[in-house]
Amino acid sequence: MSRIHVTTTVNGDAVDYLCEADDTLLDVLRDQLDLTGSKEGCASGDCGACTVELDGRLVCSCLVLGAEAEGRTVETIEGMANGDVLHPLQKNFIEKAALQCGVCTPGILVAAKNLLDHTPDPSEEEVRYWLAGNLCRCTGYDKIIRAVLDTAAEMRGAA
Amino acid sequence: MAKDEFEKREFKVVGTRVARPDGLDKVTGRARYGADMSAPGMLVGYCLRSPHAHARIKSIDTSEAEAMAGVKAVITRADFTNVPASDGTRDILDNVMANDKALYDGHTVAAVAATSRSAAKAALKAIKVDYEVLPHVTDVDAAMLPGAPELHQGRQQESVPEGFSQNVLARSQYGHGDVDAGFAQADVIIERSFKTAATHQGYIEPHACLATMGNDNQGDLFCCTQGHYMVRNTCADILGMESGRLRVTASEIGGGFGGKTTVFLEPVALMLSKKSGKPVKMTMSRDEVMRASGPTASTSIDIKIGTTRDGVITAATGEFRYQSGCFYAMNGALGAMCGFAPYDLENLKSVGWEVTTNRPKAAAYRAPGAPMAAFAVESVVDEVAKEIGMDPIDFRLKNAADEGTKSAYGPTYPAIGLRATLEAAKAHPHWSAPLGKNQGRGVGCGFWFNFGGDTCVSLMLNPDGTVSLSEGNPDIGGSRASMSMMAAEELGVPYENVRTIVADTASLGQNEVTDGSRVTFAVGLATIKAARHAIEIMKARAAATWGIDAEAVEWVDGAAQPAGPNAGKFPPLTVKEIAATMSNTGGPIAGHFEANAEGAGVSFGTHICDTEVDPETGAVKILRYTVFQDAGKAVHPDYVEGQLQGGAVQGIGWALNEEYIYGEDGTLQNAGYLDYRIPVASDLPMIEPVILEIPNPGHPYGVRGVGETGIVPPLATIANAVSRAAGVRMTSLPMSPPKVLAAIKAN
Repeated sequence: MSRIHVTTTVNGDAVDYLCEADDTLLDVLRDQLDLTGSKEGCASGDCGACTVELDGRLVCSCLVLGAEAEGRTVETIEGMANGDVLHPLQKNFIEKAALQCGVCTPGILVAAKNLLDHTPDPSEEEVRYWLAGNLCRCTGYDKIIRAVLDTAAEMRGAA
Repeated sequence: MAKDEFEKREFKVVGTRVARPDGLDKVTGRARYGADMSAPGMLVGYCLRSPHAHARIKSIDTSEAEAMAGVKAVITRADFTNVPASDGTRDILDNVMANDKALYDGHTVAAVAATSRSAAKAALKAIKVDYEVLPHVTDVDAAMLPGAPELHQGRQQESVPEGFSQNVLARSQYGHGDVDAGFAQADVIIERSFKTAATHQGYIEPHACLATMGNDNQGDLFCCTQGHYMVRNTCADILGMESGRLRVTASEIGGGFGGKTTVFLEPVALMLSKKSGKPVKMTMSRDEVMRASGPTASTSIDIKIGTTRDGVITAATGEFRYQSGCFYAMNGALGAMCGFAPYDLENLKSVGWEVTTNRPKAAAYRAPGAPMAAFAVESVVDEVAKEIGMDPIDFRLKNAADEGTKSAYGPTYPAIGLRATLEAAKAHPHWSAPLGKNQGRGVGCGFWFNFGGDTCVSLMLNPDGTVSLSEGNPDIGGSRASMSMMAAEELGVPYENVRTIVADTASLGQNEVTDGSRVTFAVGLATIKAARHAIEIMKARAAATWGIDAEAVEWVDGAAQPAGPNAGKFPPLTVKEIAATMSNTGGPIAGHFEANAEGAGVSFGTHICDTEVDPETGAVKILRYTVFQDAGKAVHPDYVEGQLQGGAVQGIGWALNEEYIYGEDGTLQNAGYLDYRIPVASDLPMIEPVILEIPNPGHPYGVRGVGETGIVPPLATIANAVSRAAGVRMTSLPMSPPKVLAAIKAN
């Protein structure tokens, strides 16, 4: 099968790769670019563990083809910290015990950051509905929701 | 060693909320889970699975697949020539690679390793399996009847009476007293039958492994598991190799909840690697996880409870019929042991049944067998209390088990925390908060045994005075943090000075699986003992330095010091100072501890839940939820709370939504997260955890395991709340909207 040459930007870096027509963006991120922070929990867009930003919009990377990333901008969990400085969400997820096994954490952090980027003062209900596409089986979501709300407050300078 | 380990003390590190050592890796995407590891020259492996619920495998032709480009190995059961030593492992082999019959939809019948996913998938399609489809059965009650399609012959134990199909493998009975005499004394007797659907642990990380195996019969395996020693021993037995020749390294684990306490892909990947001579990585899809890993039992339960008008239970009986899929599993017995465990009963008969059906073999799921039993028992307890007009917490307090109570399953309880959880629940504002229209409040209790088991810990003092701790249990809920905390507490050094890692199977002795809520208890106990061992060595080094007897040295606040004025006058020697000179005082310093840990300490919890039932649709909303559980001593309160919250929410899913749905053809109809719906953030309120601390006498700090009990009360608690809100007793799980609506309409 002939492969498709794709040129794109991932976490600010220009990258290119060859993918098969049915490779998903998640396959490419994990298997070709070695960005294994995005996880495959279902491959059907139901669990959100593979959540990334594509041109600033949240997508399940398992539902996007690798070929569709041509000329676009992809942001993954690996691009969330600035060097060794964690994003406030990352810092608070550690400090407030908002993770247990951690396998859903990358997708949840990417989704929560996207929320706070455009909604700096979300209600609890808004956070709950925004993260409804990100399954977590360990925590019951309680500490995750609190960490997102606390981070929003902190980032607004109201903490 | 069980009884007198506990010593009251003031804690400096234990009980604080420190950051976890694996936190940074997990928030940056660096953490390596089962599917995140690669090896040079690696192949990818995939399984061919039976599309039939029950079928004889007449032949498998792999010749076309083997000849395809990129295909490096194709295996079937014929490649597994070794006969495992134990019956249990033989069942595991039959489960991971079908023998003469496919026993459920999704049962592996062959596997392929190839240079790419597309090549492997094409090869799977080219394998020709000739099946003779057989009649199947998936329902527990149907499977027990004479004349039911039978999976196996000759496996029925002598405990099973006449009149049942061969699918009924075992019957076990617990209890004491004379139930007929007890019921004769009762003023009120209520008898109900219940059914619960099979559910799945729903860990977000599918099973995955990377296997490297050569023709020198030596191998390495990296996999997500709750117990890499179990993986090593099981795979070695299946492959017919010495266990010491297989090294297993546990990846970070993306959830397990009991579902990763056995093997599925690992022996297959090792065999593919052995045959191809290359590393092989295998990863399950979600569909495969649902169809072919280890969900829970589904159940059919009868409960009968008799009570006096003033609220004393005079007798109780239970029949707990559990189907655990296609092989023997002890689940009905656990249900029969746990269901009545919260109560002090004079007359009890509790019977467990183990039944096989054409479903994947059940694995553990957080207090395996107990939640369904508690659902049935606590529902009748609630109904009895209502019938005699007694507050359901008061009724439970009146009959609650205490220290000295003969338990439902035999032993007499030491100090337990059930009454404390009930009293805390009664005193909590939640219990007396007002309710609105269509709303109901439920309460329920739950019990789990907790386990100890084989445990090894090694604690190494580094030359700069920091400490490295090796444990052998995959960290599923923050246990590396907890071990560092307990080591720091005992040594008297800062938490940050102790780094805990999970060692591979070649680096530390045998460790029992991360199960039975055992790790914080058993590994914690071993950590404390390993630290004490290191302290003894450090005291001896200080004594030698000072030229006094080792007995004349005591350990205070992270330093050796003379035990009193008679011992001599020397300034204390800190861990750091002792470490700096250890090369000259006798060499490296390390403490270790190995034991089959006893004294785990049973665990109880009480939950309260408010629900609102929509009378138009039957939909149930969880309005408020509070968990009360005895933790003995909460080493890291955040992670204890996390266990209570997570267990409660898994229970909410089990109670309201989750269910394995089989079609008439015996195939699973909802093998994905879209149709098997676990709770999402917008379904839920905050879950309030209330930690009680009744010290466990079997642990130096009083720790009890907390991981499992949290899932035991929710099914009953929510059913009691829904039953009170809807005005009709709910006896079948899940309480999905159609079922609730039908119950309301039938009322």
